[in-house]
Amino acid sequence: MKLTLEIWRQSGPNDKGRFETYQTVADPDMSFLEMLDELNEGLLTDGKEPVAFDHDCREGICGMCSLVLNGQPHGPEALTTTCQLHMRKFKDGDRITIEPFRADAFPVSRDLVVERDSFDRIIAAGGYVSINTGAAPDAHGLPIEKDKAEIAMDAAACIGCGACVAACPNAAAMLFTSAKISQLAMLPQGQPERKKRALAMVDQMDAENFGTCTNHYECMAACPKGVSVANIARMNREYMGAHVAPAPQ
Amino acid sequence: MSQTLDSKVPSGDLADKWTKHKFDLKLVNPSNRRKFTVLVVGTGLAGGSAAASLAEMGYNVKSFCIQDSPRRAHSIAAQGGINSAKNYTNDGDSVYRLFYDTIKGGDYRSREGNVHRLAEVSTGIIDQCVAQGVPFAREYGGLLGNRSFGGAQVSRTFYARGQTGQQLLLGAYSAMMRQVHSGGIELFTRREMIDLVKVDGVARGIVVRNLLTGKLERHAGDAVLLCTGGYGNTFFLSTNAKASNVTAAWRAHKRGAFFANPCYTQIHPTCIPVSGDHQSKLTLMSESLRNDGRVWVPKEKGDKRKAADIPDSDRDYYLERKYPSFGNLVPRDVASRNAKQVCDSGQGVGSTGQAVFLDFADAIKRDGRSTIEARYGNLFQMYERITAEDPYKMPMRIFPAVHYTMGGLWVDYNLESTIPGLFVLGEANFSDHGANRLGASALMQGLADGYFVVPATIASHLAGRALDPVTTDHPAFGAVEEEARLSTERLLNVGGNRSAFDLHRELGLICWNHCGMGRNEKGLKEGLEKIRALRDVFWNELKVPGTGAELNQSLEHAGRVADFMEFSEVMVADALHREESCGGHFREEHQSEENEAKRNDEDFCYVAAWEFQGVNKPSTLHKEDLKFENVKLTTRSYK
Repeated sequence: MKLTLEIWRQSGPNDKGRFETYQTVADPDMSFLEMLDELNEGLLTDGKEPVAFDHDCREGICGMCSLVLNGQPHGPEALTTTCQLHMRKFKDGDRITIEPFRADAFPVSRDLVVERDSFDRIIAAGGYVSINTGAAPDAHGLPIEKDKAEIAMDAAACIGCGACVAACPNAAAMLFTSAKISQLAMLPQGQPERKKRALAMVDQMDAENFGTCTNHYECMAACPKGVSVANIARMNREYMGAHVAPAPQ
Repeated sequence: MSQTLDSKVPSGDLADKWTKHKFDLKLVNPSNRRKFTVLVVGTGLAGGSAAASLAEMGYNVKSFCIQDSPRRAHSIAAQGGINSAKNYTNDGDSVYRLFYDTIKGGDYRSREGNVHRLAEVSTGIIDQCVAQGVPFAREYGGLLGNRSFGGAQVSRTFYARGQTGQQLLLGAYSAMMRQVHSGGIELFTRREMIDLVKVDGVARGIVVRNLLTGKLERHAGDAVLLCTGGYGNTFFLSTNAKASNVTAAWRAHKRGAFFANPCYTQIHPTCIPVSGDHQSKLTLMSESLRNDGRVWVPKEKGDKRKAADIPDSDRDYYLERKYPSFGNLVPRDVASRNAKQVCDSGQGVGSTGQAVFLDFADAIKRDGRSTIEARYGNLFQMYERITAEDPYKMPMRIFPAVHYTMGGLWVDYNLESTIPGLFVLGEANFSDHGANRLGASALMQGLADGYFVVPATIASHLAGRALDPVTTDHPAFGAVEEEARLSTERLLNVGGNRSAFDLHRELGLICWNHCGMGRNEKGLKEGLEKIRALRDVFWNELKVPGTGAELNQSLEHAGRVADFMEFSEVMVADALHREESCGGHFREEHQSEENEAKRNDEDFCYVAAWEFQGVNKPSTLHKEDLKFENVKLTTRSYK
């Protein structure tokens, strides 16, 4: 299949960047990133700079790959990361626009590569249970309702890719932040730090210059792991609860 | 000169060794720990858990990873589960049984002392992870669920849907980020370790490349921990992440760390078959699928009927037929080898004939589609996405692929390499899995090393040796940095017209054809010649665009491929020297009449640890004799 690609090229963080057009041929059984591998092979042997893009596991779990394809983070297939998207989802003669995830909090390093360390800082602010190694009680000392454990697992499925931010018109990171807050709020292990965590993580999210949710639900549509906006509602309740009835000082 | 290696496994009863050793180890007083800096390279299960645990104890930790975030390390892709001798299922499990299964599964080529310790700490790992909020699967009563995995007849595997590695890694990552927040860990992302710095023979620092700017940076410390994973990507096509590499381990090897058992590579039986020349990586389907899926091929060679049109009487469920007591749950090496045998005999399926069926029709009939969906939904979805076939309606096609490497840098019982102060954890070391790793044991070992072993044993170095303060101004740092700069320049200036990608693919094919599932003397010797020839091609025809002073992914890859080009030679040489079949190392000359692996305990019951002597020079072999005081060496049988 023949394709026309409009790819965002940017030589470094301080370059303005621009789209450049490439013609390429792909096999329908290729993954999207294999199509880019082949394009890069051609560019390299032609003496041109290959396109820089992030990827690692190519199994849809590490969260390293990104890309906005024709305006959609991770492309057209629901519940699928770019690395798991295959060219059979496109047609011969298609024109595909390829951009980086765009947000103030995700600066572009080069071409399609962005920095998402803002997510790490949100987790560092409180996305954990404070327990030191070796201090844990027996695992069966703490039965957990299966249904609650399942909700926690649904939230924990987040891969931290940032598609939710790229999809949101406000570049909000509320789906990401709420997934971790929800996971730990649902579990007994998370209770002692529940209020402190909600306040600290939301404050860090704001400090990173992410936007705020205005209920577009684009994040959920773009999320390759199907993390639900119900987590955002839960986060808002947790945050308000922590304000109205703060932890004892 | 060959030397005999001292494993430092403590004397005494097997079950008391670890407790005794912990008592005998020197301690670093809590208030003195802040005086020590530990450099931890890699943030997978081993590196993440070690960094977090050491920082909690009060050490200064610097943590390095090549990705944009420590949460991306490839441990995250492990699907199936983690073993632990909890015996929550009342099916007769115990620390000793987990120890025994692991020794046997490794085909009697691992250390008793290490493996027993692994089994001992396995229970604490589950406690630790649950306390962190890892959402393991639970039963309706609220307690943890278990399933069984290959090579075991008990249910001891804990899991979080098909994302166990992800959830365990995020647990270790969050523990790490808590320490980043409190200042115990300084985090360096997008850094690749380029070399190890030794001062007076002791590992005292590293030189890393900042992948965003290209700048070389120096970091000094009192100990260096390599937690940098395995070398599966030597084969180009593997289930490893694209950035997984042997570079950190190989550079340490060139500085004096011995490389042990590099020929022990694990070919995982259930992966999605190769579809074409464009293929960039292979995808694993969790071994847990073999709990319900039945493996078969047509009885007739070249039977091209659709699976559904082949009646039961014309099918060969070869694992169930040959291994009635373990059936589809035989260990990985046995399952892979049998898949190769039926494909070699012409019974393979699919367009290439290089695949076997993994069929869920009976399980769906027995338990209903919804039950199977609940167990394996995400795996079925992944399969459908890659192959455009629906595994609920037709059997999966699977074939073995390179997955894990049991070999790695040689370490003693303290996880210290032959370079004092250089510790090696997780897949990067060689210590616990012998010649074959059982399913759900990699996560266990990574976390055992990082949460429980190294936090205790590192004191043997920090408190046991007088360490003068060293800064990055020491001339050793300057010398290593200059070498690193020159090697970058060399890669940029070859001036050929072939990409590292293309050359890597060629190397991978050589390794797969000559040192893959079946190995023989003639093939291995040819492989060695081809690797040497290709290395010359690499240094004459490589093309790396751009400069060394920017984000340059072609340069990163070229550096890693250069190391694979050197490393692969010692892997093949090790396979050539080991005149026996054991675990994942199958020498075709050494097999029984029933095509099972034939070990040679008389001559090869040792760890082969190789010492680097220079590129294009044969490495020196050192041996560590394996002593079995508790387990009797027998022919491994899963019949």
